Amino acid sequence: MAVVLQGFAVSSSDSLISNRLQLGSFNSRPERNGSIVVIRSDARFSAGSNQRVHAARKLMTTNAVAAKADTSTSSTASKPGHELLLFEALREGLEEEMDRDPRVCVMGEDVGHYGGSYKVTKGLAPKYGDLRVLDTPIAENSFTGMAIGAAMTGLRPIVEGMNMGFLLLAFNQISNNCGMLHYTSGGQFTIPVVIRGPGGVGRQLGAEHSQRLESYFQSVPGLQMVACSTPYNAKGLMKAAIRSENPVILFEHVLLYNLKERIPDEEYVLSLEEAEMVRPGEHVTILTYSRMRYHVMQAAKTLVNKGYDPEIIDIRSLKPFDLYTIGNSVKKTHRVLIVEECMRTGGIGASLRAAIIENFWDYLDAPIMCLSSQDVPTPYAGTLEDWTVVQPVQIVTAVEQLCSS
Amino acid sequence: MAMNRIVSSSSSISNLHLLRSLSQPLLRRPFSSHADDDKTILTVETSVPFTGHRCEPPSRSIETTPKELLSFFKDMALMRRMEIAADSLYKAKLIRGFCHLYDGQEAVSVGMEAAITKKDCIITAYRDHCIYLGRGGTLVEAFAELMGRKGGCSKGKGGSMHFYKKDSGFYGGHGIVGAQIPLGVGLAFAQKYSKDNTVTFALYGDGAANQGQLFEALNIAALWDLPAILVCENNHYGMGTAEWRAAKSPAYYKRGDYVPGLKVDGMDALAVKQACKFAKEHALKNGPIILEMDTYRYHGHSMSDPGSTYRTRDEITGVRQERDPLERIRKLVLSHDLATAAELKDIEKIFRKQVDDAIAEAKESPMPDPPELFTNVYVKGFGVEAYGPDRKEVRSILP
Repeated sequence: MAVVLQGFAVSSSDSLISNRLQLGSFNSRPERNGSIVVIRSDARFSAGSNQRVHAARKLMTTNAVAAKADTSTSSTASKPGHELLLFEALREGLEEEMDRDPRVCVMGEDVGHYGGSYKVTKGLAPKYGDLRVLDTPIAENSFTGMAIGAAMTGLRPIVEGMNMGFLLLAFNQISNNCGMLHYTSGGQFTIPVVIRGPGGVGRQLGAEHSQRLESYFQSVPGLQMVACSTPYNAKGLMKAAIRSENPVILFEHVLLYNLKERIPDEEYVLSLEEAEMVRPGEHVTILTYSRMRYHVMQAAKTLVNKGYDPEIIDIRSLKPFDLYTIGNSVKKTHRVLIVEECMRTGGIGASLRAAIIENFWDYLDAPIMCLSSQDVPTPYAGTLEDWTVVQPVQIVTAVEQLCSS
Repeated sequence: MAMNRIVSSSSSISNLHLLRSLSQPLLRRPFSSHADDDKTILTVETSVPFTGHRCEPPSRSIETTPKELLSFFKDMALMRRMEIAADSLYKAKLIRGFCHLYDGQEAVSVGMEAAITKKDCIITAYRDHCIYLGRGGTLVEAFAELMGRKGGCSKGKGGSMHFYKKDSGFYGGHGIVGAQIPLGVGLAFAQKYSKDNTVTFALYGDGAANQGQLFEALNIAALWDLPAILVCENNHYGMGTAEWRAAKSPAYYKRGDYVPGLKVDGMDALAVKQACKFAKEHALKNGPIILEMDTYRYHGHSMSDPGSTYRTRDEITGVRQERDPLERIRKLVLSHDLATAAELKDIEKIFRKQVDDAIAEAKESPMPDPPELFTNVYVKGFGVEAYGPDRKEVRSILP
C-alpha cells in the first residue's frame, strides 16, 4: 500500500541558495527561522554544498575500528568543516537541538554525571542541569514509559538505552504506547520521542550484549527506524529524529563510535527516509547499513581490483525503506545483494528482499542474495564471533556468484 | 415523617442538621435554588476515618455545599445510566470486543473531579468510560466510540479501552495492565519540567498493583520529587482473582514503603474529594503519594465475565444496599432537604432520556471511511512522508 505524493517544484531554490550563503562557513548559532537546509544525499543543491558533501565522504575511514589521528592534522586548517569522532558528532547534534528547543531532554542510565557510557552525553549535564539530562535508575520499562508520557504533553525526550538489548525490557512501552498512541487516540497525541542506543556485535561482548533489535521493532506500526554509520549521517539523523513528530528509533553501533570524519560547520539535517549512495556503480547493487557498510567497502576494494563495479547504497532508513533510491539502482544494475548484521530469520534483509521482489521483480536478472548474521546467540570466542557476522571475503564471493549467473 | 427519614438515614449526619430540619419542615426552598447554592456550608462526616501510612490523614469532617452535593448526584446518576446503557448495547452486539464497566465505582471519578482542575492530568487503565465523562467528554462521543463510529472521541479507532481527551487533561484509556503508571509518572515529570503547579493522578487497579513497573515508576517519582499521585482503585478482584489470592500484602496504600499512603472509602464521593485535595497539596510539596480507594464494581470484570463465579450474588447485593455511592448522596440530599425523592427520580428520568437520545445520535454517526485505516499511523510533517517506489522529487525546509 504505497502512498504516492506529488512533489512540489523547487521554485524556492534561489532563496535556498541565498540562505546558505548568508550562513557562511563559520560555526554560526542555529537560528529558529528558515536558515537551515536539508541536504539530500545526491546533493542537488548549489554547487557549494555539493563539493562539501563529497569532500566529507572521501575522508571517511573504511575499517570498523577507531582510526588513529593521522598526519592530516597539519592540513586540516585549510579544509572546510571540522573533524570529529562519531560519538562527538552525535553529541554535537544533541547539543544543537537542546539549545534550539527547551523541550528537548535526555534520559537514560548514567547519561548525566557519568557523561554517558559511550560519552555521547558528556558535558551536557553540567551545561543543562539535572532536569534536562536525567540519570535514571536501572528501570528501562518505566523510564521509557515516562518518556512517552512526557512526550504526550509536548516534551521531546530522548531515551538512551545503554545497550539496545536492554530495551527489550521496555518492549511493551515501545510497541504499545509509543507506536500506537497516535493512532488509538485518533490523532490527539503525538509522541515525539527518540530512542537511541548502541547495538550490534562488538568485540567479544557476549551474547546478551550483542543484540540487533532492528528485526524485533520493524513490524511495530507507528515507529520509524534509522541506522547511522558515519559521523556525518549520525549528526544529521540525530537532529532529524529529534525534530520529527513521530517516535524514531536511532540505531547506533558499538564499534563505530570512534570513527573520525570531517563534517560541515554549518547546520544540516538529513531526511529520515532517505538512503545514501556510497559508491555509484553498474554491475550489482549492494544494500547495507551500519557497520556492514565498512565490510562492504573493504570488499569493494577487492572487487574493483577484480574488475567488478558494485553500486553501494547505505539504506539508513530501516523503516520505511527508501524504495525510490533502491528502485532506481535495481533498474540500473538488475542484481541485488543485501549485506546486513541482523539475524537471517525475520531480519531487515528478509523484509527488504520481500519489498524489492514485490516492487521490482521485472527488473531482476538474478535472485536477490542476502548475507546476514547466523541465527545463533553471539559466542564469546573471538574466532566464532567473527564467523557470526558477515566478513568481506563472503561479500566478494557472493558478488562473484551473483554476477556470474 | 421527617423524624423517620433522619433515623433511617446513615449515621453520617451530625446532630446540628437534625435540629435544623426539624425546625423548618415547611420552609423548603425550591430545588433549583439549591442547585445553584454554593454559599451554604454543610459539614458531613465520612462513614469511616482515613488511614494513613507515613502521613497525617486529613480530617473526617468535610465541608460541602448544596450545589456540590446535587452535582455529585447528577454526575453519578448520569454515569450509572451510561454504563447500564452500554451493558444493553453490548448484549445487542452494537459494542464488540472488550467493554469494562464502572458502575459502583462512580464516586472515585466524581470525587476526584471535585478536588482538581482540568489542568491536572488523569490517566487510567481500561475502565475509563466514566472518567472520560467526568473530564468533560460528551455522551455522544462516548457511545460513538464504543460503537466504533466516526464521531467517537478517537474517531472509532480506539474503542472502549482507548478514550482520550487531550484538552481537558485526560490521557486515557490503556489496555495493558500497569503500563499506564510509568506514563502517568512521565506526565508528572512534564508538569514539573514546565513548572505548572499541577499534578497527575495515575489510576490503576488492585490487579495492577503487583506489576513491577509500578514500583519502578514510584522509585523514580520519589527520587525526583515528581507531583504524581498513584491511585489504586481497589475493587478487590483482579478479573477473577480475589485480592487475597494475588497479593501477599493487600494493604496497597502501604506498599509504597517510603512513599506516604492513604486509605479512603472509595464509595463515598466526599471522602474521595477530601483525599484528592489532600493528595494534591502533598504532591506539590513533597512528591508522590499513594491513595487506595476501597471501592467495588457491580458488573463482572468485563462484559464477557458474569462476575458471579468468583463472588456470591449476596455479596454484590449486600454492597449495593449498604455502600452504593449514588444512594449515599441521595440520602444526604434528602436529609438536608435539598430536593424531594420525586425530584431526584425526575432527574434520573431526564438522564435516562438523555442517554437514549445520545445513543440514537451516536447510531446515526457513520462508520469510519476505509482510507481512515491508514491515517494517524504517522504524523505528517518534515521528513516523514512515506513513499512508494515511484515517488516524485520532494524537498522540505525546516521551520
